[in-house]
Amino acid sequence: MLRYALKRLLSLVVSLIVASIVIFAVIEVIPGDPAALILGVNARPDTLAALRTEMGLDQPLPLRYADWVWGMLRGDFGTSITYKTPVAEMVADRIWVSLPLAIYALCLSTLIAFPAGIYAAARRGRAGDLGVMGATQLGVAVPNFWFAMILVLIFAINLRWFPSGGFPGWDEGFWKAMKALTLPAIALALPQAAILARVMRSSLLDMLDEDFIRTARAKGLSRRQALWRHAVRNALIPVLTIIGLQFAFLLAGGIIIEQVFFLPGLGRLIFQAISARDLIVVESVVMLLVFVVIVVNFAVDLAYAAVDPRLRTGR
Amino acid sequence: MPRSFLIGTVLTALFVGMAAISLIWTPHDIESLDIPNKLKPPSGANWLGTDQFGRDILSMIMEGARTSIAVALLAVGIGMALGVPLGLWAAARKGSLLDELIMRGNDLIFAFPSLVIAILITAIFGASAVNAIIAIGIFNIPVFARLSRSGALSLWERDFILAARVSGKSAFRISWEHILPNILNLMIVQGTIQFSLGILAEAALSYIGLGAQPPTASWGRMLADAQTLVAIAPHTALVPGLAIVFMVLGLNLMGDGLRDWLDPRLRVERA
Repeated sequence: MLRYALKRLLSLVVSLIVASIVIFAVIEVIPGDPAALILGVNARPDTLAALRTEMGLDQPLPLRYADWVWGMLRGDFGTSITYKTPVAEMVADRIWVSLPLAIYALCLSTLIAFPAGIYAAARRGRAGDLGVMGATQLGVAVPNFWFAMILVLIFAINLRWFPSGGFPGWDEGFWKAMKALTLPAIALALPQAAILARVMRSSLLDMLDEDFIRTARAKGLSRRQALWRHAVRNALIPVLTIIGLQFAFLLAGGIIIEQVFFLPGLGRLIFQAISARDLIVVESVVMLLVFVVIVVNFAVDLAYAAVDPRLRTGR
Repeated sequence: MPRSFLIGTVLTALFVGMAAISLIWTPHDIESLDIPNKLKPPSGANWLGTDQFGRDILSMIMEGARTSIAVALLAVGIGMALGVPLGLWAAARKGSLLDELIMRGNDLIFAFPSLVIAILITAIFGASAVNAIIAIGIFNIPVFARLSRSGALSLWERDFILAARVSGKSAFRISWEHILPNILNLMIVQGTIQFSLGILAEAALSYIGLGAQPPTASWGRMLADAQTLVAIAPHTALVPGLAIVFMVLGLNLMGDGLRDWLDPRLRVERA
């Protein structure tokens, strides 16, 4: 187990290093001089040169890369050009929108997907199963930003149950904030729930073919009892993987939904930073997201290996 | 033939047909504006109504289908053309440094938030259909590499490959002559699924203004335009959205049905 963990840890570190190099390189090839961008077209050459020195832009590339990485390791993500605030502070602000939204969406999608998947598996091949599977086909086909527009039309404009956009902040009260996040969370949750329900169903069906289910049935459990007592728990493993991946996706994948609802989250931060060519923000936030994904994958792998020794022997 | 395949193919053929017809004919010219006739609901003259400039929505849907299909199809092409050889190569050298390198590279691409990177690419190199294709295509590469590798690995264990090796064929020739034809079905099925994901990705990119640029019609941009009009003219948002839904649904059903049809062993159905 220790050897496996060390091997995975090594590959985690290598992945992070390579990812950081890729991100740094991509940002470097972007045309346009950040210093010139700040000062505008009429800047005097000596002012420009001074600012370039101040920003460290006249340093050789490897040194700047090392600076960036070293800074991030100490929690210094650089300073935004447009907002003149440390990126770490901006991320800390925005995470209070994106993280609750991701969790909210994940809870919703799990709440929909689990019963749907179990129901479909229990009625394999019958009308209920076909109905659920048809619904999931529709669920994965709907673009979430369009679904968001429809939700706004019905629940914000016509029924006025929820705000159509914006975020009041958590200081305005928990319920008000949750209300603002409800439509975005539903829009994000729908396609995720459809995928999750399909995984849940097929994972359950795999389990139902297993020997231990036959044993349970032979002992006199009904099909339904065997499903609930034995299959569901075992079927959760692949489902949890998907949930882990979806969480990482939701954190960044809200980018368009945050745009639709004018939510000041991480996705919107990246989008605005890209539009404003505020590259240090893009660089650091993308790296942060990749870091989260890689670490989540690592944790999931390790957790499985701890539970199931067969997985340790490599794949 | 599975029913889902039939329904899916009909839906897909409908959109492909509309896109093809739009090359030579559309009910109205979408480049001429007709402001007095704007935001009209569906009628005899404009079957699906008109948009904020009085343009015929059916005509725009037809041309938008062309954009969507072209972008998604070429993105799948990139993914297959680069991913499949990489996967076959990795499988032929199973366990080597090269295999490890290719697979780790795949994992790495998967770790990047695809939409964010696609937005980054199109924002940097300019918003255009070509850059959208590249941005979407990059994320198709690891999908095909991984799938073709795992498909190839199971084939390499088989006796007929052993026979080919004994007869002195190189790994390259074996991959090309024996492995590739046998994993082609798998690739086509996955291709259909990636195609549908490409349609969604293209719509998302052009929705935020980073896909095909005007005057090229695109479903995503039609939705972006409809955003502020949805309350007064719901059809401007409903029609393009439903077009995306049906196109994606059609491709997914076709892919699922194709898989069941090509490989009866899988008929048990997995997600």
